[in-house]
Amino acid sequence: MSTAVAATRRWAAAPGVATVYRWELFKLRHQKRTYLGLGVSILVPVLFVIAVHIRRHHMHGGDFAFSDYVDKSGLAIPLVILLFGAIWLFPLIAALVAGDIFASEDHNGTLKTVLTRSLERWQLFCGKTLAAVTYAIVAILLCGTVGVVAGSLQSGFNPLQSLSGTIVSAPRATELVYFSLLIYLIPITAIVCIGLLLSTVTHNSAAAVVGTLMASLVFQLLGILPGLGALQPYLLSTQFNAWQGLLRTPIDWTPIIRAVWICAIYGLTSLGCAFIVFLRRDVAGG
Amino acid sequence: MTGAADAPPLEVRGLVKRYGRLTAVAGVDLTVGAGDVYGYLGPNGAGKTTSLRMMLGLITPTAGTVRLFGRDPQQTVRALDGVAGFVEAPTFYPYLTARRNLELLAAWDGHGARTRIDQALQTVELTDRAGDKVGGYSHGMRQRLGIAAALLRDPKLMLLDEPATGLDPAGMRDMRLLVKRLAEEGMTVLLSSHLLAEVEELCNRVAIVRSGAIVYEGEIAALKRGAGTFYRLRTSDDERALAVCSAQAGVTDVRLARGHVEFTADEQAVALLSQALVESGALISELAPQTVTLEDLFFSLTEGDGRLAAAPPPAGELVGPE
Repeated sequence: MSTAVAATRRWAAAPGVATVYRWELFKLRHQKRTYLGLGVSILVPVLFVIAVHIRRHHMHGGDFAFSDYVDKSGLAIPLVILLFGAIWLFPLIAALVAGDIFASEDHNGTLKTVLTRSLERWQLFCGKTLAAVTYAIVAILLCGTVGVVAGSLQSGFNPLQSLSGTIVSAPRATELVYFSLLIYLIPITAIVCIGLLLSTVTHNSAAAVVGTLMASLVFQLLGILPGLGALQPYLLSTQFNAWQGLLRTPIDWTPIIRAVWICAIYGLTSLGCAFIVFLRRDVAGG
Repeated sequence: MTGAADAPPLEVRGLVKRYGRLTAVAGVDLTVGAGDVYGYLGPNGAGKTTSLRMMLGLITPTAGTVRLFGRDPQQTVRALDGVAGFVEAPTFYPYLTARRNLELLAAWDGHGARTRIDQALQTVELTDRAGDKVGGYSHGMRQRLGIAAALLRDPKLMLLDEPATGLDPAGMRDMRLLVKRLAEEGMTVLLSSHLLAEVEELCNRVAIVRSGAIVYEGEIAALKRGAGTFYRLRTSDDERALAVCSAQAGVTDVRLARGHVEFTADEQAVALLSQALVESGALISELAPQTVTLEDLFFSLTEGDGRLAAAPPPAGELVGPE
C-alpha cells in the first residue's frame, strides 16, 4: 500500500477540521442567505456604476476619497464602495453567515445531531469558523472584482490618481485595489468573529446578525461623537480605512499595522469567548 | 482513551443535574448489559431526556459518572465509538436531501460510515425518498431517518429517546418491529419511553424514574413477579366483604377500590375466603385473579405508593424515595 493511499484511508477514517470545513461550505452553497449576501456583493457595485453612468454629466466630485475620479477611472469605483460599505453594507454581508452558522444549528435542532458523531467540539468550531471567514473573503473579493470590471466598463481601465496626488498606472492601480481588498478583510474578519460570538451566545440567527450590525454601527457612532477623538484610532470602524495607506506615495503602513493588532484584539477576544462558550455549553435544546 | 474490554455498554452512577434550584436528575444509577433491551421509563418531566443527553455527552452532569463501554463521554467524543441514537426527535438539515444529510453525517463519523448509507436507508425503507429534502418529510419519516443516521455508526449500543412518539399506529408498529429486529441482531438498546406497552413488548430490563430519581431498576419479569397476584372481589356488600377479607388469614393488602375490593393472597387463602364470604352473607358476583401489567406497576411506582411493586425479588432493585 502506497503512503498516499494509507494517508487517504487515515483521512477517511478520522474526520477532522477539514471535513467539517468542506461540509460547511457545502451547506452554505445550499442556503439562500449565502446567495443573498453574494448577490448584494454583486448588485451594489453594478448599481453604483449605473448611478455614475446616469449622473456622469452632473457630478462635480465630493469631499471623500476618490470621489473626483469615479468618472475618470473605473478603478476608483471599488475603492469608493469600500469606503461607504464599511458603514453597514460589508458588516451586514459578513454577519449574514457568521451570525447564523452556529445559531442555525440551534434553530434546526441539529446541534445534538452533529455533536453525537465522531467530531470533537473544537473541530466543529474551527471548521465553522473557517467557513464563515471563507464566505466573507469570497463576498469582499467578489464585490471588488465586480467593481473593477463594471467600473472599467463605465469609466475605462485608466490610471488612477493616488491620495498623495501621484498618478498610478492602471495595472499597478489594479494591484493596489486587490491589496486594499485584502487589507479590508482584516476588520471584516474581526466583524466575522463578533458575529460568531453572538451566534454562539444568542443561539438565535436574527439576533446575532442584527447584533453584529449594531456593534458595527456603535463603533461608527463612537467615532463621530465629540470628545472621543483619542479613542478613534482604536475603534474597529477606523480600521476599515486602513487600506487607504496603500493608496499613498510612499505607502503609509502605520494604519495597516495598527489595523492588524487592533483587529486581532477585537477578533481574537470575540473568537476566544465564542470558543469557550461553544465548548462548555450544555446542549439542552437543539 | 480506551474502555475496559469487559465494561458494560452503559454504566451510570450517581448522575445528577441541577439547574439552579431545580434538580432535573437526582442521582440516577443504572447498568445496561450487553444484549439488553433496556426500557427507561418515566412520566414527562421525570428527567429521562436530560439523563440521555448526559449519557451522550451533550450536557455536563452536576455530579456522577457515565461510562459507555468504560469510556467517559464528557472527556472525548471518542467515547461515543460504537454508540448511536438520538434524543427527542431526530433532527436534520431541512434544506438538504435525506441522502445528503446521511452523507454529511457519515463524513463526520468517518470509519467507513459512508459505505453503510444505502443499507441504512434500505433498513428504514426510505430508499425511494432519499432524494427528497428532509424539510418535506413527515414526522414518521424523520424518525426512521434518525434510525438510519444511527445505523451509519455501526453501533453496538443504541440510545433511543421516545422513538415512537408522534407516529401513527402503523408507524409505531413499524418502529417497534425495527427495534425488535435490531435487538435480535445483537444490538444493545436503551429505549426511553412512556409507551408502556411498547416497553413491555420490547424490553427485558427497565429503570423507572420519578422526579429525576430511579424508583426501580431491574428485570420486568422480576418486577411483575414481585408484585404477586392480586384479586378483584365484587360482592353484594362491599363493607362486609372488606371486613371479612381483613380478618381472613393469608389475605393481605386489602383495600376498597371503586366498586370492588382488592387484595393479595395465594390460591388456598382465596378458597377459604370465598367460604367465609358466603357464610357472612356477602354474595360473590366476581372473584378473579388480576394480571399485573407494567402499566399497573408504573403508575404504582410513579404516582401511587408503590404497593404493587412492594416485594420484588433480588433480581430487581426497588429504590426507595430519598
